[in-house]
Formats: sequence, C-alpha cells, structure tokens
Amino acid sequence: MGQIWEIVIKYWPMYLRGAGVTLYLSILGTVFGFIIGLLAGIIRSIPVPEDGWKRILLRAVNAILAVYIAIFRGTPMIVQAMVIYYGAAQAGFEMDRMAAGIMIVSINTGAYMAEIIRGGIISIDTGQFEAAQALGMNPVQTMTKVVLPQAIRNILPAIGNEFVINIKDTSVLNVISITELYFQTSTVAGIHFSFFGPFFIACILYFIMTYAVTRILRMVEKRLDGPKNYALTSRARKGKGVQYGEGN
Amino acid sequence: MEKVIEIRHLSKSFGTHGVLKDIDFTINKGEVVCVIGASGSGKSTLLRCINLLEKPSGGEILYNGTNILDKRNSIYSYRARLGMVFQQFNLFHNLNVLTNCVVAQRQVLKRPLEEARKIAMKYLEVVGMEQYLDARPMQLSGGQQQRVAIARALSMEPDVMLFDEPTSALDPEMVGEVLNVMKHLAEAGLTMLVVTHEMGFAKDVADRVVFMDQGVIMEEGSPEQVLIHPQKDRTREFLKRTLRT
Ligand SMILES: Nc1ncnc2c1ncn2[C@@H]1O[C@H](COP(=O)(O)OP(=O)(O)OP(=O)(O)O)[C@@H](O)[C@H]1O
Ligand SMILES: [Mg+2]
Repeated sequence: MGQIWEIVIKYWPMYLRGAGVTLYLSILGTVFGFIIGLLAGIIRSIPVPEDGWKRILLRAVNAILAVYIAIFRGTPMIVQAMVIYYGAAQAGFEMDRMAAGIMIVSINTGAYMAEIIRGGIISIDTGQFEAAQALGMNPVQTMTKVVLPQAIRNILPAIGNEFVINIKDTSVLNVISITELYFQTSTVAGIHFSFFGPFFIACILYFIMTYAVTRILRMVEKRLDGPKNYALTSRARKGKGVQYGEGN
Repeated sequence: MEKVIEIRHLSKSFGTHGVLKDIDFTINKGEVVCVIGASGSGKSTLLRCINLLEKPSGGEILYNGTNILDKRNSIYSYRARLGMVFQQFNLFHNLNVLTNCVVAQRQVLKRPLEEARKIAMKYLEVVGMEQYLDARPMQLSGGQQQRVAIARALSMEPDVMLFDEPTSALDPEMVGEVLNVMKHLAEAGLTMLVVTHEMGFAKDVADRVVFMDQGVIMEEGSPEQVLIHPQKDRTREFLKRTLRT
C-alpha cells in the first residue's frame, strides 16, 4: 500500500494528464460518433422510394453505409488505428496524433451508433409518424420534433454504454503513441521498474471515470423524463395568460 | 351546397388486393357523415386515402375543386387543412398536452408562439382538457388522451375533421365523454367524416350515413334511410349482426 501511495505522490501529474487525454478523446469521439451515427442511422431508416433517381441514390448511399458499418464493427480498433495512422504516413500524410485518435474513435463509434439510432427510430410507433404527417408536418419536422426526441431518449442507455466503452478502449491508442492514461501508466511503470502499482492506480482511475459517466447519464435520463406528476392548471394561472409549453 | 371534398372513381389496392373500388363520394360544408361497415370493408383505407396517408391507386380527390393528387400541389398544406383523429390517439409522447396542440401550428402554419398557445387553449377548453396543460400523454386516461387529440387537430382550424373509430380503443365508461365532445362539435357546424361502430351516434348526429361493404359504397342516405329502412340485403345483414352484439 505504501508503495502505491509513493507512486501517486511522485507521478500524479502524469496520471492526471493521461486521464485528461482519455476523457478528451472519449468525449469528442462519442460526440462526433453520435453525429456520424445520427446521420447514417437516419439515412438508413428512410423508406426506399418506389421509383426515380432518388431510389437509385438512396440505394447507393445505403450500400456505402452498410460497408462502412460492417468494416468498422468487424475489425478491432487497435488494428484500425495502425492501418489509418501508418497508412496515412506511408501516403505522405503526417497526421497529428491526437487528431488521428479522435478520428479513429469517432468513426468507430459512428459505426455502432448508426445501428443503435436506426434501431431507436424503427422502434417508434408508426402512429407517431402518421399523426405528425396528418398535421401537415414534413419529414424533417416529423423527425426533429417528434421521432428523434423519443428515439434518442430510448437509446440513451445504449449511448452511455458507448461512452463507457470509449473511455476504456481509447487505451489501445497507445499504439500510435497518444499520451492517454494507459500510455502514461506504461511510462510510469518503465521509470519505476514495477507494473502492479502503476497499473493498479490506472485501474482505479478508469473505474472512477466510467462510474461517474454512468451516474451522470442516469441523472440526465431522469431529467429528460420530466416530473413524475403534473399539477392541474388552475383557473387563476390560466387567467394570467398562457405561459406553458416548450415553445416549439 | 358547397363541396369541400369530392372523391371520383377512387381506387386503392395493396398489391393485387383491391381494397377500394371506384368510390364516388362527396363531403359538403358543415355536414356530418358517418361511415359504417364490417371490419375489413375499407373504411380506414378510405380515410387514409383522403389525407394521403395512403397513396390512392387511381381516381381523383378534389379539395375545393382542385385535384390534390396533382403533383404540383403541396400535400403538406393540404393535410394541414384536414384534421385527423386516430383510433389509438397517437399523441406525441415526448410533448406535454399544451405543446402537443402547439407544435404543428408553429411548424406548419408558422403561427407566432403566443397566438398558437391561445388557440390551443381555446380548443383544449372546448374538449374540457384545459386543466391538464403540463401533463404528458402517458399520464392521462384513454378518454382524456383522445380529447386532447381532438383539440390538437382542432388547433389547426381545419376545414374537415376525419375521425377513424375514435372510441373503439376506449374503455366503455370513457366512450361517452368523447362522443359528447364530438356531438358538441357537430352542433357547432364543423364538417366531419366519422368512421364509427357507434350506431347511436350515427343515428343522432349524422346528416348522412354511408355503408361500406368490400371496398364499395353499398348504400348511402339519411340515418333514417340507411339505418332504419335499409334497401340492400348486405346493409340489413350488417345492421342485424351489429345491433345484436
Ligand atoms: N398496409 C396494408 N397492406 C395490405 N393490406 C392492407 C393494408 N392496410 C389495409 N389492408 C387491407 O385492406 C382491407 C381494408 O382495411 P381497412 O383497415 O380499411 O378496413 P376497415 O374497414 O377500417 O376495418 P376495421 O373496422 O377493422 O378498422 C383489409 O382487408 C386489410 O387487410
Ligand atoms: Mg379501420
């Protein structure tokens, strides 16, 4: 125990920086991955029109997306990192390591998110789409005001799951020398000539991060669900002019 | 009489299955038309073709004289002129009662927020739900949800209201509150097309009753003509079966 404490006191700035980079990578990777997945998931859930050039275009885009999803879900991120980073280097592109890391995590997360979001959309009752259409809403309005808010609420646990996975899996980016927590821990281990102590500390730090993220997302979910009860609107409140609703 | 919607030779098939066959049918301004018929006779499909939730296979739908199947006409602004009430209510689960009634006014009609809220309040009062502004749909009973759904459609101030079996999914004790609201709307002069199994409602409220059978309009006339003195065997059989249960 004393030995571990000694390592903490001596190397805490390295650990902190490593944890910071890990969080940075996984937050940006999850956000960008969500955006990629949102676009891909929406496109993949559009019903194919019966005829015309739109049918051909949508078919083509869907085929490309299917390939993207299959490849990135079907290969390990550690291998993707090597192929993309050193592939770019061989082609004469010296990529910024951090930018490459963010890109790899985002593209990888996007492939999983696309399927999660498509699942979220198709799980919404067709009655919700039809009610919006019957009111004259166009597809974009229907999506943004009715379907996506419900779909995203429903898949929030799965999105949180991706975030947690990213916190852990960004550790593989040490293979392209990104100074995230695993990389820093290895460095500490090298300087200190021991493995158990340094990695035990990393273990605790990873756990704190994933646990905190899980709790925060639970809170967000509760907020989104709104209050369990509603108050009846009194006549007096009504008389003062209407001031409720979210202003959509 | 002023025609609001006129349907000519409307047909609809799903694959090889002909569901609507050569339907001719008119809704006049201020009229309440009830559509009755056995399950599977095509009543819902007719309503869904009228607001283009289903694409008709053939024929014409004239709205104030213009054919809305013509590709040049915007289906979005046309749909906004028709209110639709579904059997399963279909309130937006992510929005509270007031916002359910506001969202399409803002998005489709581009009404200012204050105006949209005022109009929503007006129609929520009409259906007796003005005290539930903050409630979410899942926190309401079926009858309450359906009344909000009616207010949501009315908030668009449509020319015609289409109802597809609005009380069929309700517990018996809630059917009355919804039918009362509809009766009230009919008395106020709203143009309504109602698919229903409530023969009492059809008899009391309808100006005209349409009996559908296997995708065709078999018989049409005043409630008395169709419900009390039907001319066709199919109508008589249907009424006998329905009134017995
Ligand atoms: N999307 C669809 N695809 C294929 N067939 C359909 C579809 N929708 C309806 N049908 C068929 O069309 C026929 C008419 O259906 P519709 O829902 O219009 O009947 P309905 O008169 O409203 O019956 P109910 O009283 O049970 O609501 C039925 O035979 C039904 O199976
Ligand atoms: Mg039906």
